[in-house]
Amino acid sequence: MSINEILYNIQDLSVEFHTRVGILGAVDHASLDIRRGEVLGLVGESGCGKSTLGKALMRMIEEPGKITSGKLLFDNIDILALDDSRMRELRGSRISMVFQDPMTSLNPVQRVVDHITEAIQVHQSYVTDKEARARAANLVDRLGISHDRLDDYPHHLSGGMRQRVMIGLALALRADLVIADEATTSLDVIVEAQFLDLLRELRNEFDLTILLITHNMGIVAELADRVAVMYAGRLVELAEVNQLFSNPKHPYTEGLLRAVPNIQLDEGELYKMAGSPPDLVRPPSGCRFHPRCPKVMEICSQVDPIFKSIAPNRMVNCWLYQEVPDEKLWVGGSTQ
Amino acid sequence: MNSNGQSPLASKDEVLVRIVNLKKWFPVQKSFFEQTLSMKSLHVRAVDGVSFELHRGEVLGLAGESGSGKTTIGRLVLRLLEPTEGQIFFDGIDITHLKGEELRKLRRRMQVVFQDPFASLNPRMKIGEQIAHPHSIHLKGTESERQAAVEEIMTQVGLTPARQIFDKYPHQLSGGMRQRAVLARALVTHPDLIVADEPIAMADVSVRALLLDLMVSLQRDLNLTYLFITHDLATAKYICDRIGILYLGRLAEVGDLRQVYRTPLHPYTQALLEAVPVPDPKFRRKAPMPKGEIPNPINPPPGCRFHPRCTFAQDICSVDVPELRELRSGHSVACHFAEQFL
Repeated sequence: MSINEILYNIQDLSVEFHTRVGILGAVDHASLDIRRGEVLGLVGESGCGKSTLGKALMRMIEEPGKITSGKLLFDNIDILALDDSRMRELRGSRISMVFQDPMTSLNPVQRVVDHITEAIQVHQSYVTDKEARARAANLVDRLGISHDRLDDYPHHLSGGMRQRVMIGLALALRADLVIADEATTSLDVIVEAQFLDLLRELRNEFDLTILLITHNMGIVAELADRVAVMYAGRLVELAEVNQLFSNPKHPYTEGLLRAVPNIQLDEGELYKMAGSPPDLVRPPSGCRFHPRCPKVMEICSQVDPIFKSIAPNRMVNCWLYQEVPDEKLWVGGSTQ
Repeated sequence: MNSNGQSPLASKDEVLVRIVNLKKWFPVQKSFFEQTLSMKSLHVRAVDGVSFELHRGEVLGLAGESGSGKTTIGRLVLRLLEPTEGQIFFDGIDITHLKGEELRKLRRRMQVVFQDPFASLNPRMKIGEQIAHPHSIHLKGTESERQAAVEEIMTQVGLTPARQIFDKYPHQLSGGMRQRAVLARALVTHPDLIVADEPIAMADVSVRALLLDLMVSLQRDLNLTYLFITHDLATAKYICDRIGILYLGRLAEVGDLRQVYRTPLHPYTQALLEAVPVPDPKFRRKAPMPKGEIPNPINPPPGCRFHPRCTFAQDICSVDVPELRELRSGHSVACHFAEQFL
């Protein structure tokens, strides 16, 4: 299986929320490919739209949110054209999601074993109860949970174990794509590291594709193959992980990396980025980062840059890396 | 930052807070059945014999995982909780059992900043009024003096223009601004000590650096003393002079931050430092993590509390409780076999 095979093709995706104060563009024309077998990190600060993008991939945007443009092709299936029952089949069985708070994702009145056997049998109805239980026992062992805890309820488990059960559900179903949305955020740092180790092992063993949504640059550096950075609803940069960290192109990525506390660096102050992320009901014109950007140019507040390729495996959404059109074409043209 | 964060004043050695063998056990609620049979009562030993000194003008970090007791220690020091055992000294006075008016007077000198600035601000009260509130409780003065004091502190924390922000409500401010307001409110009574309980954990990366920097410069300018409670060892590095690592209600290690980070002497500290994800793929972690998770504080393991997870554990570790020993100047550790890491 080639790592370059595209598993999920996202084209021009926009998601809007119709709120009392106006229309909030949470995801604004995002295009991205997820390749089979990779761990793709999706990073950004709260409110940048990363979780909304993740949910849109499973068509789980709820009212008042709406997918207003774009095309979603998962393994060549047109996700937005599927009827609800086909979509339901796909959720869980082929695309699985692990959320930040596993307590709210697990059923509090169902035992661990019931969660797993149900997941197996819903999609593979021919599996007998006994066989399903045996498979569940094998699975939890693999996840590092003793199988005598199969009959425990979610509240008996620690946070780390609950997250393991969640990933176990994805494995039981042999999901192609796991969307992990801040999956380690509620875990303590040692438990988080254990969970990352587990993910690392499992992805090799089960050929998982993981979309790793997080605000934590450390997690991304630890696990991702490629990284996409989001700011204010837009993708601003996409790169192979070493490239992104050693040579960030977008001024936002650069600032973000210099602002993150790094336990390995001996000296140095943290970079202090000016301002704070914008209100997405009234986003800044042009490049949404321009009011905070140390390298801002005249065109940046006037015309949107394009998220485009500047090298193999490298995309940036910034005027520094694309040809600025003739001033006559844009001055006064799109200031409104 | 912390290297030059050393206070220029030579008062570093003056002890502001000293806690001695502090314990806080929370009773576990028993069912009617258990009460009738008068079964042995159970306790969560949130803090179980912690001693340390906090010097005037320094920033002492308390770090550990959830359930390590770091927040409880902060509350005990503030006298928001009654200790089960032990003593708390503030500026040389035993405040362990202080009550009434004397306790109230003490409160002016110690203030607190919590993690969630939205939850710590009253949504129906103007920002300026909230900042003025502690001032009106603790300090005398005319209305205009108060107004001036509030505006001064607002400017100092970066809530500018102060006059305009004075009349705003919390929901009209960004998260970073709200946390500044909380800081201003804590500082308006000119306290000696700030207990900061995960003060920037909620802030986004791009805002966090600013808040951290603000806290450092306020500490320096106002000669404040911080008890900085955090789960984030990377952040602690940028503000703390010393750090204490807590595990299950006890100090595993305490010392100069740089020394502890460079040469951690407790296997738990080593694991904790190793586990912090580094925002650079060059530093991908190779070392294995200790198995399991923090055990139940109702029934902590005997001997060294870390022994069931420790790769270096020997027979004695499950029997004898290791005492905190100073192995290097200003660097103490509670491990029977710490010498091997020197």
